[in-house]
Amino acid sequence: MIELENVAYSYGGAELLSELSLQLAPGTFHFLTGPSGAGKTTLLKLCYGALRPTSGQARIFGQDVRQMGRDDIAMSRRRIGVVHQDCAFLDHLAVHENVALPLTVSGQAVAGQAENLRELLAWVGLTERATALPPELSGGERQRAALARAVIMSPEVILADEPTGNVDWEMSQRLLQLLVELNRMGKTVLIATHDLSLIRAAKSQVQARVLRIANRRIATAGADL
Amino acid sequence: MNQTLDTLRALGRGDKAADRVVPPTGFTARLTLFAAGAMAFLAVFALALSLAAGRLASNWGDELARSSTVRISAPAGQMVAQTSAALRLLQQTPGVASARALSEAEQQALLAPWFGPELPVDQLPVPQLIEVQETAQGYDPAGLRLRLQAEVPGAVLDDHARWRRPLAQAAGRLTLLGWVSAGLIAAAVGAMVTLAANAALAANAQVIAVLRLVGATDNYIARAFVRRFTLRALIGAAAGTALGVVAVLLMPSGGETAGFLTGLGFQGWHWVMPALIPPLAGAVAFAATAVAARRVLGGLS
Repeated sequence: MIELENVAYSYGGAELLSELSLQLAPGTFHFLTGPSGAGKTTLLKLCYGALRPTSGQARIFGQDVRQMGRDDIAMSRRRIGVVHQDCAFLDHLAVHENVALPLTVSGQAVAGQAENLRELLAWVGLTERATALPPELSGGERQRAALARAVIMSPEVILADEPTGNVDWEMSQRLLQLLVELNRMGKTVLIATHDLSLIRAAKSQVQARVLRIANRRIATAGADL
Repeated sequence: MNQTLDTLRALGRGDKAADRVVPPTGFTARLTLFAAGAMAFLAVFALALSLAAGRLASNWGDELARSSTVRISAPAGQMVAQTSAALRLLQQTPGVASARALSEAEQQALLAPWFGPELPVDQLPVPQLIEVQETAQGYDPAGLRLRLQAEVPGAVLDDHARWRRPLAQAAGRLTLLGWVSAGLIAAAVGAMVTLAANAALAANAQVIAVLRLVGATDNYIARAFVRRFTLRALIGAAAGTALGVVAVLLMPSGGETAGFLTGLGFQGWHWVMPALIPPLAGAVAFAATAVAARRVLGGLS
């Protein structure tokens, strides 16, 4: 689905990632870990086309990112659900409208998906906050709303950047549960996190591969996790 | 091109959801409305000026070009003979449709405004006037002047060109100035909308980033802005045009003696022109916002 081949990325001359290869096959579950500043977010951005590799090749759904125009990238985003670290929303729209935004911008009738939307909000525990505005939400609520928005289009790939950064243990388990269930439905999942206990919890439920970024390279983490 | 067509189609159809993704901005919206209105108001006057001057130029051209005057100053005894000689000569001149000596009563009427009705014209050495109507082709004034000089020494031909030409020229310049003003106003509307659109795009950088993240195409994002600014320019210009037209209607009418200033206004089919201002302003705003949005969005990751 998403392939990085010998990819390097540098910000203004300083190389952050190099000789990096990664394949996200359909239905796989990956964790991406590493110290903060190691390039987890950059790697995710390479995976959804927000950044283009400075060298090497990135392919999204078989298409070379270099050959993709802005509209191609936009179209690929409809098949990739992204949970951003900072969970940006449209602050003037209510939570339920924000969650339904991917439907709105892709021209699908939100009314036809009302039941779907209601269920999804219930699943992430935001039914009562559906009409609130994003600035009124707590950190955890924002992350749940961001996850709901990422999956509403039923994407083939879900990329989540620290999805449990601001939520308590119980909620992080629920979010993980949600991602695991999505994975069982055949979705590819990649979660960037530095929360090792989350990774341990996941390992008992799903066959997850753990990738670790260190010294600008990516490596499969040891079995100790 | 296709994108422009898409945008135009969406503009007509309207998309409530797309409109809502960009947060409403009360203050800049009012400023855009006001500026579009003020520009449309000015455009109405530029048009009125231009059209009135054009009308004036063509009126002068038409009316004065078709008539001229021969003035005969001769000793009392020769007046009749010279007049009939001049009339004969004029009737033989190609390009002259008719020539007619003014009667005493008519001459008196012409002089009355200056000397009063009591003036005994018949006792004064008033020159005899001959009114000459030209055919569409016109005559050769230089040739006629030479022949008159030879045969009727007291005759002076006045073909009105001397004072008609600078006036027609001035009116022509006024027309041009009016159109240049209208063009400048359109350009100013474009510049103003571009500035406003750029400000709106910059202020909504986060909104654009979120929309990109959830898979919105540039076209979709641009549409939300383009539609908004086009509607604002359209509404503002419609209000400004309406006010401008009312102001033109309220200009005091000069009636029969309408001169240039009192003739400022629209006549006949020219009334269509002010009605074109709002759609034109809308079109300018549409193009300006579309270009600004594509430039800003193209520069984003």
